[in-house]
Amino acid sequence: MTISLSASRSLLLAGAFFGAFTFAASAQQAAAPAAGAAPAAAPALPPGSPLIGRPDGEAAAKLAPVAAPPLAAAPDKLPLAKLKVPAGFNIEVYAAGMANARSLALSDKGTVFVGSRLVDKVYAITNKDGKREVKVLASGLYRPNGVAFHNGTLYIAELSKIDKIDNVDAVLDNPPKPTTIYDNLPKDEAHGWKFIAVGPDNKLYVPVGQPGNNVLHDDAHGQIRRMNLDGTGAEVYALGVRNSVGFDWNPENKQMYFTDNGRDWLSEDVPQDELNHVTKAGQDFGAPYCYQGNIPDPEFGWGHSCSDYVAPAGLMGPHTASLGMRFYTGDMFPKSYRNAIIVARHGSWNRTNKAGGDVVVVKLNKDGTVKSMEPLVTGFLQDNKYVGRPVDVMQLKDGSILVSDDWNGAVYRVSYGKAKVAAK
Amino acid sequence: MRKTFAFLALLALASPLSAETVAERAATCFACHGEHGQSTTENIPSLGGQQAPYALIQLFMFREKLRVFEPMNDMTKSFTDDDLRTFSDYIATLPKPAPPSDVGDPARMARAEALATANHCNSCHKPDFSGGDNVPRLANQREDYLAKTMREYKDNSRHGYDGTMAEVLQPVTPEQIADLAYYIARVH
Repeated sequence: MTISLSASRSLLLAGAFFGAFTFAASAQQAAAPAAGAAPAAAPALPPGSPLIGRPDGEAAAKLAPVAAPPLAAAPDKLPLAKLKVPAGFNIEVYAAGMANARSLALSDKGTVFVGSRLVDKVYAITNKDGKREVKVLASGLYRPNGVAFHNGTLYIAELSKIDKIDNVDAVLDNPPKPTTIYDNLPKDEAHGWKFIAVGPDNKLYVPVGQPGNNVLHDDAHGQIRRMNLDGTGAEVYALGVRNSVGFDWNPENKQMYFTDNGRDWLSEDVPQDELNHVTKAGQDFGAPYCYQGNIPDPEFGWGHSCSDYVAPAGLMGPHTASLGMRFYTGDMFPKSYRNAIIVARHGSWNRTNKAGGDVVVVKLNKDGTVKSMEPLVTGFLQDNKYVGRPVDVMQLKDGSILVSDDWNGAVYRVSYGKAKVAAK
Repeated sequence: MRKTFAFLALLALASPLSAETVAERAATCFACHGEHGQSTTENIPSLGGQQAPYALIQLFMFREKLRVFEPMNDMTKSFTDDDLRTFSDYIATLPKPAPPSDVGDPARMARAEALATANHCNSCHKPDFSGGDNVPRLANQREDYLAKTMREYKDNSRHGYDGTMAEVLQPVTPEQIADLAYYIARVH
């Protein structure tokens, strides 16, 4: 652990918030910048539009971000019949009616928590004697995309703050307003929504994405931070992160893997989204200087080399929007799935023939790099249009996997073998 | 007993309303948004020809107070999901706003057109600014409303459904916003 480095980063971070730097690009690229060595304050961030960089031409002009409908699909309108799983696997609807269902968390009592991005709610799916019920646990939150459960407490990541509800399973019927534990975060809309998880070191981890498609970000962006469970001791954990919306820790060596969305408009086929492997705090994964480990950015890559940054463990496909990911530790799926990473690929918009829009299984080599990637759930993409879009995955105690779908506001359950219905 | 009464009272209140056609119910909308959704009031948008999925998102956001504007929050607070769908579908059938007779200052129109191209407004919103699905029609919208909306997206005082507009307006200056609004309100 390079504590000294991350400590200096946290100093830098504090500096950024007090306005010492508005644009510390040179600090960003230096290996170990001296705290306080602030360049002169520069004007506002450079252009950060998702469309800047778009080449002229009719084909490119047809591409635009796709937004999910605001109303959850009725249970009988879900695309379940179109969803395909490999032989021996089953897929069913676990719960529906949760508009814009995004990240998932599971309590020790079996309650599933579901965040949202385009609406203001966190939902709880309770499970009593096999009967599932959806409750609104919190509303009036601002883009509460991330949820994490740890020792009885639910942590919620809003766009620019982190909240908690203690003892959440005991207050499902009468939930208090979430308590904010950390709000020292930028308020940018672009890539501002957050995943959240608790690491093996009992710290909260949240991403702070780059505030645009391809921007030279300041020291408060383009990173993954970690902090104590009460919101104190925040520090930067990983750098050069464009927009991560999913991470988990390898159960074997406790090292973090995270997905990162590649930039738009470079081309149809590159860069690919990254699956990154963090082996120590303070590593830099390249954005915005280098993408997918070997493509220097045409705008910002000048004067930088991809060899200065940690290359991804594997590539996840072009524009596929690889989001939520979890290591599979259950016994239900075939043995070859054990310790593989299950990744929800939300699906592309910045590509003529859409890619992703599925759930894949990524198997690793002994050295931690990606060995293979195979489909687990497909069919969200029909005739180049979405009928659903997977966001996150979560393993239940019985070893089955939940998959959230923000297009339909639903959660599906993938099981293996004869048991078709969720246990308990 | 009391429950039954409450139910009947609700029914008595609700049935004449639901018996009304959407066109009749829309009279309230037109009071501010203009006859058939052609606004003549400062900072109030025309609704005519708006994309139904975009209108649905906005009505939903008003109902959920994700977009804050009190008269609209009040107007939509008792709307069912079906009401939201009915009104947004209806809005899409209203005539689209006509281009103003004032064709605009040619130099300013040319400057703004170049700006719209440079910022790729014409990508999602289409070259004729008719929009599509969740992307709104902008063509011939009121100039004051266009400028106000861009300013609000830029300073995050209007929260979009997603962050796209906040993001694309980052590099656009207030003067450029005025030019863009001038041009889009007059586009032919």
